[in-house]
Amino acid sequence: MKLAVASGKGGTGKTFVSTNLFYVAQKIGHKTCLVDCDAEEPNVLGFLKGNENYKIPAVQKIPVFDKEKCTFCKKCSEYCEYNAIFILPMVQFIQVTPELCHNCGACLYACDFDAITETEIAIGEITSVQYSENAEIIESKMNIGIERAGEIIKLAQKKVTNNTELVIYDSPPGTSCPFIATVENADIVLMVAEPTPFGLNDLKLSVEVLKQIGKPIYAIINKHGMGNDEVEKFLNSENIEIVAKIPFDLEIAKTYSTGKILSQENSKFFDIFNDVIEKLNTKAQRH
Amino acid sequence: MEIIVLSGKGGTGKTSISAAFATLNQNIVIDDCDVDASNLHLIMQPENYIEEPFVAGKKALVNNDLCTLCGTCIEYCRFDAISIVDDKLKISATACDGCKLCVRVCPENAISMFENNLSRCYVANVRNGTMVHARLSPGEDNSGKLVALVKKKAREIAKDKNISTILVDGPPGIGCPVIASISGADKIVLVTEPTISGISDLQRIIKLLKNFKGQKYIIVNKADINESYTLDIEKLANEENIVFLGKIPYNKIFTDAMVNCQSVTEFEPKNEISELIKKFWKEIIENKI
Repeated sequence: MKLAVASGKGGTGKTFVSTNLFYVAQKIGHKTCLVDCDAEEPNVLGFLKGNENYKIPAVQKIPVFDKEKCTFCKKCSEYCEYNAIFILPMVQFIQVTPELCHNCGACLYACDFDAITETEIAIGEITSVQYSENAEIIESKMNIGIERAGEIIKLAQKKVTNNTELVIYDSPPGTSCPFIATVENADIVLMVAEPTPFGLNDLKLSVEVLKQIGKPIYAIINKHGMGNDEVEKFLNSENIEIVAKIPFDLEIAKTYSTGKILSQENSKFFDIFNDVIEKLNTKAQRH
Repeated sequence: MEIIVLSGKGGTGKTSISAAFATLNQNIVIDDCDVDASNLHLIMQPENYIEEPFVAGKKALVNNDLCTLCGTCIEYCRFDAISIVDDKLKISATACDGCKLCVRVCPENAISMFENNLSRCYVANVRNGTMVHARLSPGEDNSGKLVALVKKKAREIAKDKNISTILVDGPPGIGCPVIASISGADKIVLVTEPTISGISDLQRIIKLLKNFKGQKYIIVNKADINESYTLDIEKLANEENIVFLGKIPYNKIFTDAMVNCQSVTEFEPKNEISELIKKFWKEIIENKI
């Protein structure tokens, strides 16, 4: 099962939930992989340590122009929908702006003079850490200033080994490209909702998108007890099953703040997350 | 003077604090640059008087009557956006990047591009000034461009109405929207939390802001969750030449005010939290640039 843990609003507890689900799943014997898909601000490795399997650059291709063959006809620049190619025929200058290039290949297709080839540039880093014999963590991390978080996320997801039983995607916040790139590959999306007006607002936006792309949605209400019950009412009205309610407790926040895994420290929470895994496994078989 | 509130990590209290700062002023321009899942409008309750569509990009659309299912577009598409489902060509709107290559390679001219204009930019009246905000249509790219538009409009309004202060509620993260939102700002206020994740994200955003010329400030929210990390953040601020404004203890007033659609300083002006926020704002405003 590929499970995306998402939220919409930042700070609701996505990483809290995904790290705990990961810990419990591997403890009960599932071959598990947690992919940190928050490439802008990855946090998972702050909580889970292990030996590094590899650290590789996340690369994308950009065009390279052969000035000997280039006739400065500008066709590549016209074909580029991203204004990434800067060309000044008068002074025989042609260059790509890597931050704007989306790696679509249109310029290569455009060129009638074989003047364009491709090279790779690093846009981030993908790190794999072995937490235990049957559990791996893959982190996607974007270089500062890059736009293409979605690209790096997909590369990280591709590194998951084929026979993994449970793959958890710790999603980025928001509802735009990086979020979509993360959940596209998931079988089920588990929304982590906080019961506040801000939490409700963002939850509604995320649910709207997930319905558009057709993903089965389940929910956990985190920090249950703070705010009001509007989130719970909304989830019920949307027929989204609430698989757990984690109580609001400053002690949980304090434990989490130091990077500890709550289900490792506290058997009550171990059982809560175990229960969630069993519920979702059953649902996944049905979808 | 343009002041932006950022956080790096989401959920630190950036928007609550932005709203509190905003409502301490009688006549201000508020700029909500968190265009993807914004929240500030829930407290400020803007009454929109201008609504403009924003074209976030284009998507490919196939005319199945012309399509012969030759598969050339699938071969060329680098975004895995095209597939054949039930003997029909299907282009995923969320996966499509808008590169137009499929349009160009199609031998039957069966594919065309349509503009994605579901995103919106709004100008609104709020109880203490004017607010510019936006909504990026879910799944869209190009939020940096929409942020730049929101910033431009806010500056125009401040100029037209002769308003001296623009308060920007920035987006979370460190990506393009953040970079677009800090352009031209005079001061940056970072709202962080004393947790492993909070500190890690703070370090990333500090790196991003290395070349920022104006004054930077840090507020540690929910500071009593971890006093030792709060101290670490204060040390980091000093090392990085960032003014450490102070600490705010965890307090449910943040949620209670939100539920009441008010800022913290409106909800309970005499509360210790409100007093702290007023003190911070005074220091930010009075500190010479």
